[in-house]
Amino acid sequence: MELDKLKKTPLLECHQKYGGKIVDFGGWALPVQYTGIIDEHRAVRNSAGLFDVSHMGEIRVSGPQALDLVDYLLTNDVTRVSVGQVQYSPMCYPDGGVVDDLITYRVGEDEFLLVVNAANKDKDHEWIVDKADDYDVTVTDESDDTALLAIQGPRAEVILGRVTDADLSGIKFFRFRTGVQVAGCEVMVSRTGYTGEDGFEVYCEPDEAPEIFQALMDAGQDDELVPAGLGARDTLRFEATLPLYGQELGPDINPLEAGLSFFVKLDAGDFIGRDALRSVHEDGPERKLVGFEMVDRGIPRTTYPIFDVEDNEVGHVSSGSFSPTLGKNVGMGFVRTELAEEGTDLQIGVRNRKLDAVVIGAPFYTRKG
Amino acid sequence: MSAMYPEDLLYAENHEWIRVENGTGTIGITDYAQDQLGDLVFVELPEEGDEFGQGDPFGVIESVKAVADFYMPVGGEIIEVNEELLDAPEIISEDPYDEGWIIKVKIADDGELDALMNSEDYQATLD
Repeated sequence: MELDKLKKTPLLECHQKYGGKIVDFGGWALPVQYTGIIDEHRAVRNSAGLFDVSHMGEIRVSGPQALDLVDYLLTNDVTRVSVGQVQYSPMCYPDGGVVDDLITYRVGEDEFLLVVNAANKDKDHEWIVDKADDYDVTVTDESDDTALLAIQGPRAEVILGRVTDADLSGIKFFRFRTGVQVAGCEVMVSRTGYTGEDGFEVYCEPDEAPEIFQALMDAGQDDELVPAGLGARDTLRFEATLPLYGQELGPDINPLEAGLSFFVKLDAGDFIGRDALRSVHEDGPERKLVGFEMVDRGIPRTTYPIFDVEDNEVGHVSSGSFSPTLGKNVGMGFVRTELAEEGTDLQIGVRNRKLDAVVIGAPFYTRKG
Repeated sequence: MSAMYPEDLLYAENHEWIRVENGTGTIGITDYAQDQLGDLVFVELPEEGDEFGQGDPFGVIESVKAVADFYMPVGGEIIEVNEELLDAPEIISEDPYDEGWIIKVKIADDGELDALMNSEDYQATLD
């Protein structure tokens, strides 16, 4: 692999120092793992893991009509978000397909930071700028000026607490603070993540990122903090059945069939895609995202076909894996709505064979307490 | 820990090794291959009595992130499969050249061994 041709985060040298196996991740040089995906996955479930997610995009929308624009762009009700709060939302096309899914930080009454998927960042920025034409707002892509670290796991608060004076217990789930000192740097800290565990995300200047990474690694030595790669990030989010854009969401998938109706507020203010999603809601989605467990031996993988017990093709696998926490092979996939009930028998097409599976409840993993 | 490539084995381009004893070949994958795959979580193995030609896929190995085929370094009939791997594919990572063997075959044609590499030549392909 030619590193030269890839985009780099400010933490590349840290990854190499800790033995990270660097791969081309959508054009970014990032570690897929250090010691092993399963070890890192378990560390996050049992103690803590430190991730570099600096490839994520940050788009700031500010100005007198920032709230109006952001609320019009997103399916969730942004008017209910107070300053210091974070909200998850899909952002849709007029036909209800998903441009991206993102989290919105309300930094001020008239200032929002939208954190978007790396692969969608340019598309999102273009989309937002285009819609911003009629609004008195400024839209800035701050992705290149922002590094992002995620410390995740039951020990995250204790470890991060050792390198900051801030009272982390005061930052509740999906809340954030700006101007926090971490390892001597001024950063933004939110209690957010993509692993199904408690944890924090730290937004900082790129040149400060290595110092913060090292300070956290040192502070977490006695708590079994490990650097964790994108492989574990994927298995962790998968067990928590958090959607991944490109698999559970996309231009051809609407948020209602993906099970995200909680984040689609049809009766709040107008937003792009509302009419289309209202009619999906009224008619009921034709297909639904379900969780399933393999009965036969085999691992379901993205794009594998799903069949009913009469061998009719009824959908496809969106994500599938060996689940390190459950010790089982499980998957998520879209199936015709009438097959979405728990306990429904399905078959998964794995290399020319049809293997038995059964619909189970999701998420596969929920943290205790 | 540096990778190991025992000198008494022959190696195929697809990262299988074979140990030849009295017309029987014991076949596995190399330390390099298991390291590239990462945490192994699943194997699919052939049945005793199945016959395959040189280069044919004879099974599947899956890690958390990847799916790969096993290829026959030589043609022959399967005379034994390592069924312990079905429940514990990680044995391949822990001990790729001994406990982690995958199949034993009755070699159909000794001449096919000429196409394989010794340890030194195989390692040269990895650089």
